[in-house]
Amino acid sequence: METISTLAYLVSAICFIMALRGLSGPETARKGVVFGIGGMAIAIVTTLFLAAHSWILILLGILIGGSIGTFIAKKIEMTALPQLVAAFHSLVGLAAVFVATASFFNPEAYHIGTAGDIHTSSLIEMSLGLAIGAITFTGSVIAWGKLQGVVTGKPITFPMQHMLNAGLGILLVTLIILLCMTESATIFWALVALAALLGVLMIIPIGGADMPVIVSMLNSYSGWAAAGIGFTLQNNLLIITGALVGASGAILSYIMCKAMNRSFISVILGGFGAEQSSGGQDMGDRQAKIGSAEDAAFIMKNASKVIIVPGYGMAVAQAQHVVRELADKLKEEGVEVAYAIHPVAGRMPGHMNVLLAEANVPYDEVFELEDINRDFAQADVAYVIGANDITNPAAKNDSSSPIYGMPVLDVEKAKTVLFVKRSLGSGYAGIDNPLFYQDNTYMLLDDAKKMTENIVKAME
Amino acid sequence: MNEENKNLTENAADLANQAKELADQAASIAVQASEAVAASGAHDSSFFLFGLTVFVLACFVGYYVVWRVTPALHSPLMGITNAISSVIIVGALIAAGPIEMSFSKIMGFLAVILASINIFGGFIVTQRMLHMFKKKS
Repeated sequence: METISTLAYLVSAICFIMALRGLSGPETARKGVVFGIGGMAIAIVTTLFLAAHSWILILLGILIGGSIGTFIAKKIEMTALPQLVAAFHSLVGLAAVFVATASFFNPEAYHIGTAGDIHTSSLIEMSLGLAIGAITFTGSVIAWGKLQGVVTGKPITFPMQHMLNAGLGILLVTLIILLCMTESATIFWALVALAALLGVLMIIPIGGADMPVIVSMLNSYSGWAAAGIGFTLQNNLLIITGALVGASGAILSYIMCKAMNRSFISVILGGFGAEQSSGGQDMGDRQAKIGSAEDAAFIMKNASKVIIVPGYGMAVAQAQHVVRELADKLKEEGVEVAYAIHPVAGRMPGHMNVLLAEANVPYDEVFELEDINRDFAQADVAYVIGANDITNPAAKNDSSSPIYGMPVLDVEKAKTVLFVKRSLGSGYAGIDNPLFYQDNTYMLLDDAKKMTENIVKAME
Repeated sequence: MNEENKNLTENAADLANQAKELADQAASIAVQASEAVAASGAHDSSFFLFGLTVFVLACFVGYYVVWRVTPALHSPLMGITNAISSVIIVGALIAAGPIEMSFSKIMGFLAVILASINIFGGFIVTQRMLHMFKKKS
C-alpha cells in the first residue's frame, strides 16, 4: 500500500511540473492546467484511501470549500486579480497553521511520535512550517487589504521599526528552540501569535508601488510553508510542490525587483513611495502642451505605426475595451498597432497581459519591454494611457530621481507622445515626469475611458 | 573408529547448534537494531536528509521550469502555483481522517475547507485567464 501511494504521489508531482512547464506558451498552458487538476485529484484520492477512515466530514469540507472557491473564481473581476491571489495565499498560510496544529496535538496520526514525545526533527520542521504559515497568513491579509483599499496603500512607518522587527525575529527563533525542547502547548500558541504579528509588521511598511514584489514574495512563502509541512509529514509530494511554488515566487519577486531597479532588501525594509519629492529637476515654469481628442484622432489616423502603452490606470478606469476599439479603428485605417507592456504595468506579474487579453486584444500584438523598446524610434505615436512612472525618462538621465536606474519604456523617442492623464499630478510612486513638458508631447487631460471614447468618436 | 565417528558427529551437531543460537541472537539483535533505527534514526535523520535531497532537486527543477514561462503568462503562473501549493490538503486529510472526533480532526476539517477553496478557486481562475488569450484572427 505504501509503495503504491508513494508512486501515486510521484505521478502527481510530475503532473505539477508538467502544469508549470505548459505555461511556456498560451496554447500549451491550457493543457498544463489539466495536468495540474489531474495531479491534484490523484493526490487527494490516494490520501483518502491511504489515511482516511471516515470520509463524511472530509467530503463535506471539500464540498463547502469547493463551492466557495468556484463561486469566487467565476465572479472575480480581472482588475481585482491581485487581491484575489493575495487572499488565496493567506488561505494556504492558514491551512498550513491548521495542519501543523493538528500534527502537534495528534502526532500519532502522522507517525511522528506520541503526544508530548514528538521526534525533535519533526518538531523543528513543524515549527518552521507553522511560523512561515502564520506569517504568510497575516502578511497576505494585509497585502489584500492594501490592494483592496481597506488598508492604506501608503507605507506605514514608525521609529525603531526595523529594530522591533529584528527583535521579534530573534524572539521567534528562541520560541522555536523552546518549543523543540519543551513541547509546551503554551509556547506553541505563543509562536503562532508572534509569527502572525510579524507577518503584519513585515507588510505594513511596504508601499503600493512595491505590491507586485510583495504578492510574488507571499506566493513564494506559501510554497515554503507547504514544503515545511511536507518535511513534518515526511511526504515527498508536499516537499516537491512546496519547492516548485517557492522557487516560482522567488523568481517572480526577482523579476519584479529588477523591473523597478530595487533590491529585494530595500523592498522588504519598505517606506518607498512615502516621500513626495519631485527628483532633482525643477519643472516649475515649463509648460505642458494640452491636446484635445480631435487633435489626437487626427494625429493617430495619419500615423503608420502606433504603440499603445497601458498602465494600471487604464484598468482602474475600465478603459481596456474602448482602447481595443480604438486599435480596431486604427487597423481599419491601415495603421499598425502594437502594445508595449512594462513588467510592473499592473499590480502583479503579468496582470496587464491578462487585462488586455480580457478585452480581446490578441496576445501576438502585445510585447514585453525588451522586445519593443527599440521600436519606439520608428513609431509615429506612443499612446500612453494610465501609465506614468514606467515611461519616466528621469529614470535614465536624472541620477537624483528616486526611480533612477529603473528600466523604462522609451516612449519619448516616438514622433509624437499622446499622454492621457486626469491631471498634471505625479504618478503612483509620487514622482514628477519630465515627459509632460517635452515638445513632442500632447497631454490629453481627462479620464482614460472618456478620452479614448472621444477619440474613437472623433475618428468617425 | 566407530566411537570416534560418533564423537565427531556429536561435536559437529553441538557446533551447529551453537552456530544456530548465535545466528538467532545476531538476527534478533539485527531486528532490534532495525526497530531502533525505525523508531528513531530512520525517522529523524535519514528522512530529513532524503527529504532535503528531494527538496533541493525540486528547487532546481522549479528554477529551470519557471524561467521558461513566458512573461505574458506570469499571472496564470501565480494562479496555478497557488492552486498546487494547496496540495497541503494531503496533511489536512490525514488530520480529518480518524473516525473519533478530536481537536485535531476539527483542525483538519477547517484546513480541508481552506485548501479546497484554493484548489477550486486557483484552477478555475487560471483556466478563465488562459481562455482569454487569443491569437490574431
